Amino acid sequence: MDILLQQIVSGLATGGIYGSVALALVMIYQATDVVNYAQGEMAMFSTYLAWTLLNAGLPYWVAFGATLVISFVGGLLIERIVIRPVEGAPVLTIVIVCIGLLVILNSIAGWIYSYIQKPFPSPFPSRPIQIGNIYFGAHDLGALGVTLVVLAGLYVFFRFTTLGLAMRAAAQNPVSSRLCGIRVGWMLAIGWGLAALVGAVAGMMVAPVVFLDPNMMAGILIYAFASATLGGFTSPGGAVLGGLIVGVIENLAGTYVHFIGTELKLTVALALILVVLLVRPSGLFGRAAIHRV
Amino acid sequence: MPLRTLRLGVTLLAVVVALALPFTLSNFRLFQFTQVFIYAISLLGLNILTGYNGQISLGHGAFYAVGAYTTAIMLDKWNVPYGWTIPVAGLLCLVAGFLFGIPALRLEGLYLALATFALALAVPQILKYFENWTGGSQGIVLSKPTAPWGLRVNPDQWLYFLTLAVLLLLFVLATNLLAGRTGRAIVAIRDNPIAAQAMGVNTALYKSLTFGVSAGYVGVAGALSALAVAYVAPDAFNVFLSITFLTGIVIGGLASIWGAIFGALFIQFIPNWAQDIAKAAPWAIYGIFLIGFMYAMPRGIAGAIRLLTARAWRPRAEPSGAAPGSPR
Amino acid sequence: MALLEVQGLEAQYGWTKVLHGLAFTVEEGGITTILGANGAGKTTALRAVCGMVRTRGEVRFEGRSIAGRATEDLVRLGIAHVPEGRGTFVNLTVEENLRLGAYGRRGAGSGEDLGRVYQYFPVLAERRRQLAGALSGGEQQMLAVARGLMARPRLLLLDEPSLGLAPLVVREIFRIVRTINREQRVSVLLVEQNAAIALRLADHAYLMETGRMVMSGTAADLREHDTVRRVYLGY
Repeated sequence: MDILLQQIVSGLATGGIYGSVALALVMIYQATDVVNYAQGEMAMFSTYLAWTLLNAGLPYWVAFGATLVISFVGGLLIERIVIRPVEGAPVLTIVIVCIGLLVILNSIAGWIYSYIQKPFPSPFPSRPIQIGNIYFGAHDLGALGVTLVVLAGLYVFFRFTTLGLAMRAAAQNPVSSRLCGIRVGWMLAIGWGLAALVGAVAGMMVAPVVFLDPNMMAGILIYAFASATLGGFTSPGGAVLGGLIVGVIENLAGTYVHFIGTELKLTVALALILVVLLVRPSGLFGRAAIHRV
Repeated sequence: MPLRTLRLGVTLLAVVVALALPFTLSNFRLFQFTQVFIYAISLLGLNILTGYNGQISLGHGAFYAVGAYTTAIMLDKWNVPYGWTIPVAGLLCLVAGFLFGIPALRLEGLYLALATFALALAVPQILKYFENWTGGSQGIVLSKPTAPWGLRVNPDQWLYFLTLAVLLLLFVLATNLLAGRTGRAIVAIRDNPIAAQAMGVNTALYKSLTFGVSAGYVGVAGALSALAVAYVAPDAFNVFLSITFLTGIVIGGLASIWGAIFGALFIQFIPNWAQDIAKAAPWAIYGIFLIGFMYAMPRGIAGAIRLLTARAWRPRAEPSGAAPGSPR
Repeated sequence: MALLEVQGLEAQYGWTKVLHGLAFTVEEGGITTILGANGAGKTTALRAVCGMVRTRGEVRFEGRSIAGRATEDLVRLGIAHVPEGRGTFVNLTVEENLRLGAYGRRGAGSGEDLGRVYQYFPVLAERRRQLAGALSGGEQQMLAVARGLMARPRLLLLDEPSLGLAPLVVREIFRIVRTINREQRVSVLLVEQNAAIALRLADHAYLMETGRMVMSGTAADLREHDTVRRVYLGY
């Protein structure tokens, strides 16, 4: 029973990371109908920036905060500079631009920082935390906590602030938004900034576990796709919940089902995607697309 | 000169040049061009599905792998003459594609892309799993076929001609298919499936068939690539291959037969070029090329050419010289 | 001085020209209507004024030229456009829709604006927490007009508000529009296919046919005019 709880918490921690990246994907998808394939690489790049700041001697939480700010600005600039020229183009065109971005970020990271894995510090103590009779990894609990705080912050922002309302409006109905005086282009840019920020958090929380290297987010991106598929690409809350579920399933399957070693873990994610798509394409919480004739 | 004649002329010229190349280029360059033809066949297949029929697939690398391994296994285990492996691979993939197309009917756009993406990811793992057939991670080594009938061309030249012949055949087939009723039905399904159905088009059948034909093309390409490279291994058929195919058709131009050639040239040569420009981070240059192309030609190379020729060939209309506006 | 002055307005979709040198004005405090059949170009004329279509010509609001200004700037200038088809945010609540109406306007006081709008449209007050998509057609039209009001506009542009609504509902909405016009001193430019009801509401009227202005005058004049009566009013 103790091991089960430990594994569940551990699964929730990784699930929080999957959910964060999934949320970033869904945020951009809702506003633009495009899946940002470069989301993982942007998160990876942010994490390298954090590593650079930490190496320069900044205390952890200062570097953390600075990275969030830089990532936000970076995401915003990427939207305004790289994506804007193709804003009205067919979806596949924008997809190729995202793929281009992915490849550029990965390559530059490899060039600047090399492909050798680097350790990344965790702000949480390495000794396990005891709650009742069970020992939980401090990083697991900490990462889960940080992720939840960030997500709660986003929720409050979108639900209760005027800017958040304007962003939701711009994503749903750009034409009417313009009539209300909303600068739709900038709303999109801020959306990308926030997505980059969320990705940065995910990257910094996962790097201590998997070690920092340019390809570290590739597997996580796939799990994020699985999470968003499970939760529904049209539901931000669903994406997060989907991430938590996927994290727990992945961990439990890896622990309790013996022939699923690390190799086949990925196949579990893929099988999940296929099953969900076959049974209920819009996911657990997504809305089925209504086609008006 | 009517546009049609010009197009035909350019095509014939291209074929003549292609026929002359093997006698002027080194073997390595020939190999590169053979690869271009193989990619072109693949891209044509994917374009039929994605460009003309609107079904986005991120998993066609899987069919490429099936085609390649079919050839490899037939050559390696059963000593089948290589000529037969090509149509068998194509047919096998056609059936597989059709069967895959059936559950795919329920999926659209993003969801179909996700499903095919998952498929593409699974392929290397599945290939490694069935070691007895596929040779596992080591793969299967083949020998390059030599020219038949005592023709005095070396294996590289022979493969070049063989691939070119298959390419031309498949191109003509595709042109005929897409120009007629079938083609119109396929495009109608892409543009407005409900209206198409209301007009009596059996959308389910056509969509599955298109998937099948598209997979068949890619399977043939895979078979040819096994012969050209003389080696198959699971890691060559990873998801990156499928993404490369998608890139190829978008850069080349969706819903365009010539787009397959442009796209194939891009995906074969630009990575090499990028390497020449910046050895340290070649993929960064490739990415810049990708983005640059999309800025300059959002509808691909073929789309850009279409636009240019349309402007040049447009009958002189209103002399008012009104600047064209567009509704926001 | 006219509040809105338009001269020589031209617009095209692609290669097709749809407006040919349109000219009309909206007087301060008045209700002006542009009539015409389907396809006459009325909606295009409104969208041209709002910068939603690429145009040529002169558009002056309060004496200053606004031709070519971005659509987002309109609210700040004092123009509210209630689009054809309502354009409500169907996945947001009624109150969120209204708050968005005031977004572009610098300055606070959105609470009293809400109060005022709920007074004009009590049914919206009842449904303030409901999703806009759940409202009936008439209620959504009211929501669209109310959202426009939230911007405290000097000029309200109404694009075919009667489309798809029952006559009683249309009359109610027009009654409220007239009240707003009188009490809030909001000038109105109304584009309508339903000539009868538009001419009852408006002070001045224009008639468009295939992108050209063919008639103009007071609403009373047009109501009496033979051709208008026969073709557009049906008697």
